[in-house]
Amino acid sequence: MTSQVHPSSEPARWRYLDQVRTRPGPFTNPDLFSGAQVAAAMESMKILVIGAGGLGCEILKNLALSGFKNIHVIDMDTIDISNLNRQFLFRQDDVGKSKAEVAARFVERRVRGVKITPHNKRIQDFDEDFYMQFQLVVCGLDSIEARRWINATLVNMVDEDVEDSYKPLIDGGTEGFKGQARVIIPTVTSCIECQLDMHAPRAAVPLCTLASIPRQPEHCIEWAHVIAWDQEKPFPALDKDDPEHISWLYQKALARAQEFNIQGVTYSLTQGVVKNIIPAIAATNSVIAAACCNEALKIASGCAPALGLPDNNYMMYSGNDAIYTYTFQHQRKEDCPVCGNRPRDLPVSGPQQTLRDLLDSLADRPEAQLKQPSARAVGKTLYMRVPESLEKQTRPNLDKTLAELGLEDGQEIAVSDPAFATVVFRFMLRFK
Amino acid sequence: MLKIWSMKKEQQKAENAAEGTTAAAPKKKKVTAAQLRVQKDLSELSLGNTMSTEFPDPDDILSFILYIEPDEGMYKGGRFSFTFNIPTSFPHEPPKVQCREKIYHPNIDLEGKVCLNILREDWKPVLNLNAVIVGLQFLFLEPNASDPLNKEAAEDLRNTREMFKRNVRTAMAGGTVRGETYHKVLV
Repeated sequence: MTSQVHPSSEPARWRYLDQVRTRPGPFTNPDLFSGAQVAAAMESMKILVIGAGGLGCEILKNLALSGFKNIHVIDMDTIDISNLNRQFLFRQDDVGKSKAEVAARFVERRVRGVKITPHNKRIQDFDEDFYMQFQLVVCGLDSIEARRWINATLVNMVDEDVEDSYKPLIDGGTEGFKGQARVIIPTVTSCIECQLDMHAPRAAVPLCTLASIPRQPEHCIEWAHVIAWDQEKPFPALDKDDPEHISWLYQKALARAQEFNIQGVTYSLTQGVVKNIIPAIAATNSVIAAACCNEALKIASGCAPALGLPDNNYMMYSGNDAIYTYTFQHQRKEDCPVCGNRPRDLPVSGPQQTLRDLLDSLADRPEAQLKQPSARAVGKTLYMRVPESLEKQTRPNLDKTLAELGLEDGQEIAVSDPAFATVVFRFMLRFK
Repeated sequence: MLKIWSMKKEQQKAENAAEGTTAAAPKKKKVTAAQLRVQKDLSELSLGNTMSTEFPDPDDILSFILYIEPDEGMYKGGRFSFTFNIPTSFPHEPPKVQCREKIYHPNIDLEGKVCLNILREDWKPVLNLNAVIVGLQFLFLEPNASDPLNKEAAEDLRNTREMFKRNVRTAMAGGTVRGETYHKVLV
């Protein structure tokens, strides 16, 4: 197979794309769209892709073929042989290499003029300065944890006075035959934290069923995982990627299944239940990745209305029974702990002020009016009125100065008050 | 917003940066969503006379110990403690709760695992720490024989309530029931 693109095919490759992005259509917004400038603007745009797995491979390829020229990709994983059935940028020789690097090189070889910068790291290894350089972020992740992290980071980066601080987040996700694509404009439209309830929680089995009346092979495996492991502790800590550990669980589950006359416990089922694996399907990934990249193209070019601007922001797809998609507006949550509750500036006289003075002042300040405040900083409990034991432990802090408590200019504190039970107020200390 | 032309501003900024005008913003650490939620839940906690907490490290509010001293029911006179470990994914995931003593109770096994629906299959992010501690308290008022984790205790409760009551007293005093020696929890 050749990876060379014939030079003469280059203009042809972009012909249809240019028809879409350089000419207005019936849905283009004339205020946003200027066909003559789109191609140049997209070329100078920096776009970040998070994840180079099932969705990420598709997203990278699609973005490169949509006219984006400067792409960064983050993925901390290396290629496993089991990825090859759906992560089409990887070959058998690549097993063990960085996903981000192999994917970047592959797409660069195939699409002339595109530059992809790989980062074989965790998203948490980068700070806001790094994320600030991008105009768009596209996520193809398999973990809720990582989504919540990048969401909170992008929401926190918003500075109302700086237009460039709003980084649209396009998030794709798949699970078996189902998937979703959504667009989040931080602090403007509903965020990932607002939409947490859209993730179906893992169906947990009652502990007593596992302990006394298992009915299915999964119950036996969960029993080995949750109960037998803790009782016998065959290894210091469970490593779900260690075949020896999984084998131990498999043997335990098998013995229990025989005791209760249950069929179907296998090694691969054990692995699946313990690691909570849901089979990934290549076709679902390509549908969702395509939807995400369409949104990226629409946002970047203004050629058509995109999701989330401002109404419908969530497209769900289900291939379980024939094909079904539904696009709707997920509402923002006013009390969302991430986007509904952004820190406000709190001017204070300086580091020599005591915590007691600061808390007392919260009662009088028009922006706070909190008469019974409890306060915490990152990793530091300053003063909590309840529960009783915590009050006793933190009472000595009241007479310490902010400097003694390690509080600095620009630091965030979270204040709760029984009068406002539903919210925790976030303040950013500003020393005068 | 979202005009791609805003990248012009980007260029202007780059020009400013070239002149050395942009100061590096100080790195701000943020309070995580789980911590915010736990702070809120703690300030709403109603412990009453029968419960109290202990924080081994007051700066880490994600792990603490809850003491329950039931003032009625079969477990009256005992003092039971539970470790609470709250994952950073809270409230998407429930807190991890474990009884620290070996006790004779149909819904708590000998390792301290608790069978309480809202700690596992029925957990929802709208529930809070108060709901969990009310649930734990309820287990001591109304032990439930139909969800057994300690099968012997559940059997005893189902068959003869009187004997179950006696066994509870024996076990709470640090005695042996059906060959199993329990921790002394009487205060």
